[in-house]
Amino acid sequence: MPKVGSELRLDGEGKPIWVLLELTYQCPLQCVFCSNPVDFDRYREHELSTDEWKGVIRDARKMGAMQIGFSGGEPTLRKDLEELVCEANDLGYYTNLITSGIGLTSKRLAALKEAGLKHIQLGFQSSDRDTANMLAGVESFDRKLSVAKEIKIHGFPMVLNVPISRHNIAQVPEIIELASEMGVEYLELANVQYYNWALLNRDQLLPTREELEWAESEVNKARERLGDAMTIFFVIPDYYEGRPKACMNGWGSIHLTIAPDGSALPCSQARSIDTLEFPNVREHSLEWLWRESPTFQKFRGDAWMKEPCRSCDEREKDFGGCRCQALLLTGDAANTDPACSKSPHHHLIQQAVQQSAIPDKHVGSLIARSSSHRLGRKAT
Amino acid sequence: MAIPGFSHDYNKEELGMAAHNEVSLGDTYFVSPTFLFRWEESQNAHVLLYPEGIVKLNDTGGAILKCCNGETTVEEIIDELEALYQADRDAITEGVIKFLEVSHAKGWIRIAS
Repeated sequence: MPKVGSELRLDGEGKPIWVLLELTYQCPLQCVFCSNPVDFDRYREHELSTDEWKGVIRDARKMGAMQIGFSGGEPTLRKDLEELVCEANDLGYYTNLITSGIGLTSKRLAALKEAGLKHIQLGFQSSDRDTANMLAGVESFDRKLSVAKEIKIHGFPMVLNVPISRHNIAQVPEIIELASEMGVEYLELANVQYYNWALLNRDQLLPTREELEWAESEVNKARERLGDAMTIFFVIPDYYEGRPKACMNGWGSIHLTIAPDGSALPCSQARSIDTLEFPNVREHSLEWLWRESPTFQKFRGDAWMKEPCRSCDEREKDFGGCRCQALLLTGDAANTDPACSKSPHHHLIQQAVQQSAIPDKHVGSLIARSSSHRLGRKAT
Repeated sequence: MAIPGFSHDYNKEELGMAAHNEVSLGDTYFVSPTFLFRWEESQNAHVLLYPEGIVKLNDTGGAILKCCNGETTVEEIIDELEALYQADRDAITEGVIKFLEVSHAKGWIRIAS
């Protein structure tokens, strides 16, 4: 493909250009790879009000935000979703709804269209009914299929997002076929990332290298066959890449997440770093918490880096990887992400990869997301 | 659920899609309905917004996409840029065609005629 000279990669210029609103952590599903906090139920009583969310939407736009995601939990559980989308749309945002689809009816889709919603990302588990229902923890497959059709009837551009694990990786060709029949514009086969519920279930979820290579070759065949009718993203788990992901394009660089209780996070996983205090929009201006708060400055730029990142010539490419993963696996968020082969902790990743190659894993040991689960973070 | 995959790269359009379809001077293009093309004051630039992505365009890119309205032909786009930048017509033609090829390959624009 030709390279284009006029396309500049946004560096954000210090602005939070992507803002993600986690309207609620409540969700009708109980996915085994859910990235919400393990103690999600604690947030139920403290969700921001409609007016508080509107304040966040306005302030972030003033600071240069252009993309806004309405996420969760399941954002359609908020009755004010349409009102918030409308506010964001009027201010010039590109509005994205990230949903399980369960709360979406034809009537609500029409109202969201009217409110100016630009795109819907539908989470999907599998092309197979039983696998899908097992991974989601509840019967949801048929409902999601009909919601996908409704979304296209209402004319929304649609991303089908399918978290990939060893339970559905063999279905990649069927998933591509299903997405193509649905008429979605983008299919995102996103390998599960291992935080929170997914980390608890890592041994049962991480695919083997062979499975990944096979799936990728199937994706490439499909790209060839489908041309530009559908764009397929295939995101390989960083466990297999040898280099960490450029997580969030750098800490406090372009991305701002607001949790249901108003906590401001550099990414939706950041709360797993429990040594940090996350400033709240109820107590501070967005301007202050983005620019000045110690938490957002903590890993911004490269002054915080230790070796081997500090002297690495790739540090501006991947920013040392993911801070949460560094903490979860090495015990220190300022360490190099162990997904990097240069990390002195890389053996932790290699061990997990070796574990994945052991064939005798049982579905029965998956832990479904639920409010009664109290294992906490210890997962290794 | 959250958005797995987003953390990898917010600007993923270098993946996928191969270029095809040669650009003809009589063609007209329009911005694909999946994309929102508009001026963004905070960036002092035209931007293309789409699911999970942002492309910031330079002056010429913005000027060309502004003409992708389903009516202006490629030849008229070249006329417009020639008047705008007072530059060599051959160089402008080459630049415009290349930009349209890439934009089409990336799915930003579609052929109207």
